[in-house]
Amino acid sequence: MRILRLRELPADPAAEPALTISFAALRAEPERWGGHRGGLAVRLAPADAVEDLAADLRLLSLIEIEFPNAGEGRGYSQARLLRERLGFRGELRAVGEGVRQDRLFLLARCGFDAFELAAGEDMQAARRALTRYDVAYQPGSSLLEMRRQRFHRGGSSSTLG
Amino acid sequence: MYRYDELDQAFVDQRVAEFRDQTRRYLAGELSEDDFRPLRLRNGLYIQRHAPMLRIAIPYGLLSSGQLRTLAHIARRYDRGYGHFTTRQNLQLNWPALADVPEILAELATVQMHAIQTSGNCVRNVTADHLAGIAPEEIDDPRPYCEIIRQWATLHPEFTYLPRKFKIAVTGSAEDRAASEVHDIGLQLRRDDGGGIGFTVRVGGGLGRAPAIGAVIREFLPLADLLGYLEAILRVYNRYGRRDNINKARIKVLVKSLGAAAFREQVETEWSLGREHATRLDPAEVARVRACFSLPHYEPLPDIDVTSGREPAFQAWYRYNTRPHRMPGYRAVFVSLKAHDSVPGDMTSQQMEAVASLADRLSFGLVRSTHSQNLLLADVPQHALHNAWQQLAAHGLATPNIGTLTDMIACPGLDFCGLANAGTIAVAREIQQRFDNLDYLYDLGEIEIKMSGCMNACGHHHVGHIGVLGVDKHGEEWYQISLGGSANGFTALGEVLGPSVRKHEVAATIERMVETYRALRREEERFIDTVRRIGLAPFRESAYAHPAAA
Repeated sequence: MRILRLRELPADPAAEPALTISFAALRAEPERWGGHRGGLAVRLAPADAVEDLAADLRLLSLIEIEFPNAGEGRGYSQARLLRERLGFRGELRAVGEGVRQDRLFLLARCGFDAFELAAGEDMQAARRALTRYDVAYQPGSSLLEMRRQRFHRGGSSSTLG
Repeated sequence: MYRYDELDQAFVDQRVAEFRDQTRRYLAGELSEDDFRPLRLRNGLYIQRHAPMLRIAIPYGLLSSGQLRTLAHIARRYDRGYGHFTTRQNLQLNWPALADVPEILAELATVQMHAIQTSGNCVRNVTADHLAGIAPEEIDDPRPYCEIIRQWATLHPEFTYLPRKFKIAVTGSAEDRAASEVHDIGLQLRRDDGGGIGFTVRVGGGLGRAPAIGAVIREFLPLADLLGYLEAILRVYNRYGRRDNINKARIKVLVKSLGAAAFREQVETEWSLGREHATRLDPAEVARVRACFSLPHYEPLPDIDVTSGREPAFQAWYRYNTRPHRMPGYRAVFVSLKAHDSVPGDMTSQQMEAVASLADRLSFGLVRSTHSQNLLLADVPQHALHNAWQQLAAHGLATPNIGTLTDMIACPGLDFCGLANAGTIAVAREIQQRFDNLDYLYDLGEIEIKMSGCMNACGHHHVGHIGVLGVDKHGEEWYQISLGGSANGFTALGEVLGPSVRKHEVAATIERMVETYRALRREEERFIDTVRRIGLAPFRESAYAHPAAA
């Protein structure tokens, strides 16, 4: 398993979760996992509703989001919702066949900070792929700093006319 | 027009470098066909029947003369000396070599152009009314908002891998000249009681399979909320649009399955929850972009009578190929790409260069591509019209048929497209030949024929007064004809007339139908109005009056 990370893991070994369970398993018996020692990770499939994780986020040090193929795009929304609306601060890892160098830039902009590279992907090339752009139009994760960015976050200002 | 700043230029340059590397890896066997496909599509590159097809974006249809010259040069150097203008205001090259595409994109970047997101499951080129900024009854110029949306949609981190393609159109006039009601999102500019700018938001329109007219989900969206609200719509679609069946993946299917009210509810909920993190549109940014679209330096000119005493051919051209202008002393001039021996929308490099020179001399150096696959010189002084006509005629670009039956829309069809069932170009030729008498065309008046080679409806057949759709029957080309569609001011989907007809019967069938119109019309009544008044039955009867139908 080759993982490219945008930030170093904390030295605390408990930060590496001992167990990864599915979203369905967590939803079925959240109380069962509450006392789990050694950290807990959950793996989300593309159709899983991240909102339903809100109450259990404190149990999780890692969330894996699946990209099973080249066209799958729901994980981008899942990531932004977890980071922005639900305030998840743990590791957000993209996993699956679709995690290839040409997708990393957009994934990182949506808040992913770790990438389990698909088979055949070159680690050095993947690192370089994150530096292809130094400008962007939209706001994005601060982990990938842009030299210039056109638009910013923050709802609406009501003075346009 | 909009001019790139340092950010825009750096972005397209970095995009070219990225695609150059991706193409190199693909050709070296390091990137599989499956992995390369979504990457090349998002750079406008299809692999088609004969060769790759490159679709170059012309954002909301606006080109400088220099850009048009570069397109002419690219078509000549990397292709066969011509290009094809599409209904979504883009330019397609039919014969580029895959290995040359990075170089083509690099040349485009030098003149502030690109082919980003002209295909693939992402937000496509944003289109607008071709009379934007000059239409007498306009509420506001839609192009600054199109440009803002273009930038917002370009490589959007969250919405570049949507369930399916996504098309947005913006109109600024009451008359919808951009077919906005049959787009995934149609934005119609409005002013509120205080004069503030906003949009009526329609979602879920579209042609192709299961054509639909968009449902209004917001009567008035304030400009400041534009990008955040678009993100709310796209997020609902990205999460809940179907990905298991390509034929049910457009947003119109989601809107229909939920119902417009429930869909609207979801969008509004998403919008209110996500507001804090939504993309903001600052007044300063709106002002910056709007300033790029300030009016040209019009000369104070009087309206004059330009046709009296002139030759009839010029008078006909003036009547059919020019349009009123907001400024006195000026007219808008159509460059007809519908000559009777041509492919609708096709233009040679030489013609492009001629129009670029004409634009420099007579129309502030700007050219527009239109939804109806013609070009437009928007700001021609009336005293220069006769000269413009002579120049255009010398290059075969003055066929006085705009708005008539032979100003038809057609997709490239079987001759080029990998999806098509039918040779639309050959059928278009037969129609042009059958209707080559201008007096007869003028007598018929305004009739829109729209022709698609397959269900994907690139030729917008559903909204043609007469729609023609190529279908495959056991390996043979047949054509289904529909009547009563419209996308101009009053959006309506046409109704299928009856059984499809053979290829060589299409033109004759149309002729029999328009003869029925001539017999039954009231004075001054347009074809589409007669169809609406008397219904399909009389047309059906005449269309199948001959035994060739099956």
